[in-house]
Amino acid sequence: MFEQLVSDPNAVLLGALTGLVFGFLLERGNVSRFDTIVGQLLLRDHTMLRVMLTAIVVGSVGVHGMIQLGWIDGIAIKGAQLAANALGGATLGVGMAVLGYCPGTGVVAAGAGSRDAWTGLLGMLAGAAVYAELDPWFAQNLLQVGALGKVTLPGELGGSTLGWVVGLVGVGIALLALLPGRARGTGAAT
Amino acid sequence: MTHFLRRPRWSPYLVGLGIGLLSCVTFLAMDKQLGVSTTFVRAVGAAEGLVSPEHVSNNAYLASHTKGSGLIDWQFALVLFLAVGGFLSAWLARSRRGPELPALWKESLGESRVRRHVFAFLGGALVMWGARLAGGCTSGHGISGTMQLALSSWVTLAAIFAGGVVAARLLYARGRA
Repeated sequence: MFEQLVSDPNAVLLGALTGLVFGFLLERGNVSRFDTIVGQLLLRDHTMLRVMLTAIVVGSVGVHGMIQLGWIDGIAIKGAQLAANALGGATLGVGMAVLGYCPGTGVVAAGAGSRDAWTGLLGMLAGAAVYAELDPWFAQNLLQVGALGKVTLPGELGGSTLGWVVGLVGVGIALLALLPGRARGTGAAT
Repeated sequence: MTHFLRRPRWSPYLVGLGIGLLSCVTFLAMDKQLGVSTTFVRAVGAAEGLVSPEHVSNNAYLASHTKGSGLIDWQFALVLFLAVGGFLSAWLARSRRGPELPALWKESLGESRVRRHVFAFLGGALVMWGARLAGGCTSGHGISGTMQLALSSWVTLAAIFAGGVVAARLLYARGRA
C-alpha cells in the first residue's frame, strides 16, 4: 500500500500542468460533450475523429522523429493481448455510447459542470472495482489469448517504421479531407 | 489573444495539433505518455485499502496498482487537473454546463433525469471495466499507443469504435437522423 499521499512532487507538478492543458484542449475542442461523442458514434458529427486523427498523425511524426534524432530512447507501448484488447475495447465503446464520455473526457465534462458526467465517474470507479475482482480469472484465461507481447504494426505485420508513419500520415490526411461535414470552430485553417 | 481564449469552440485540427504536440512534450520532457484509466484503479485500491488492507494485498491486480511511494503520481495529478482544465475552459468561454440533459439523449430517451443518471452510472462502469480489460482507454490506447504504432492500441481503438457505433445505433435510433 501507499506510504504517503503524494509521490515525487516534481512529477506531480508536471502531471498537473499536462492535465490542465489536455483538459482545456478537450473542452475547447467540444469533445467532452455527450452530443459530440454520441454524434460521432452515430456518424453524424466527425469532430471527435478530426481531433483524434490530427493528434495521432502529429504525434506519430513527433515521436518517431524524436527517436530518430536520439532525443528519446524509444517507444513504450502496451503488450498485445488481442482477445482482451478487442473485448475490452468493444465494451468500452458500448459504455461510451451509453454514458456519452470516455474516462478522460468524462473527467473534463465533470469539471465543466455536466452533472451526468459526475454520476458517470462514480460508475467508472465501480467498474474499476469490479474489474479488479475479476482480473485474476481474466489473467489466467482471456488475457493469454493472442498475447503477442509489446509488438508494433511494423514488427508484427512487416514493413519499415518509416513506411508505416508515412502511410499513416497519408491515410490520416486523406481521411480528414474526405470526412463529410464542415469542421466548425475558431483558429487554424477551417 | 483574450478574444481567442473566450471563443467557445476551437477548430478540431488546432485541438488535435495541440494534443499531438502535448504528447511529444510529455515523452521528451517527462518520459511519460497521456493516459487516464490506470488512475481509477489506484484510487479504488487506495479506498479499499482504508477499509481492508488484506483484501488489497491479496488481490494481485490491486496490489500491483498500489505500489510506489504515494497515491498521487504523475497520471493521478493529470486526471485531477483534467477537471480543472475543463472548468477553466468552460468558465472563460462562458459555456459552463449543469444538470440539463444532452439534446441527443432527450430525442430518443426522454426527459427523465433519474433514467439518465442510472444509465450514466452503468455506462461509466462499462467504460472503465472495458478500459481495464483492454489495458487502456481512449487516451492511453487511442492516442498514445496508436501514435507509437502499437498493435494492441490499434486493435483496441477499432473495437471501441465498433462497439460504440453499434450501441449508439441501437440506443438512439428513435432520434431524428
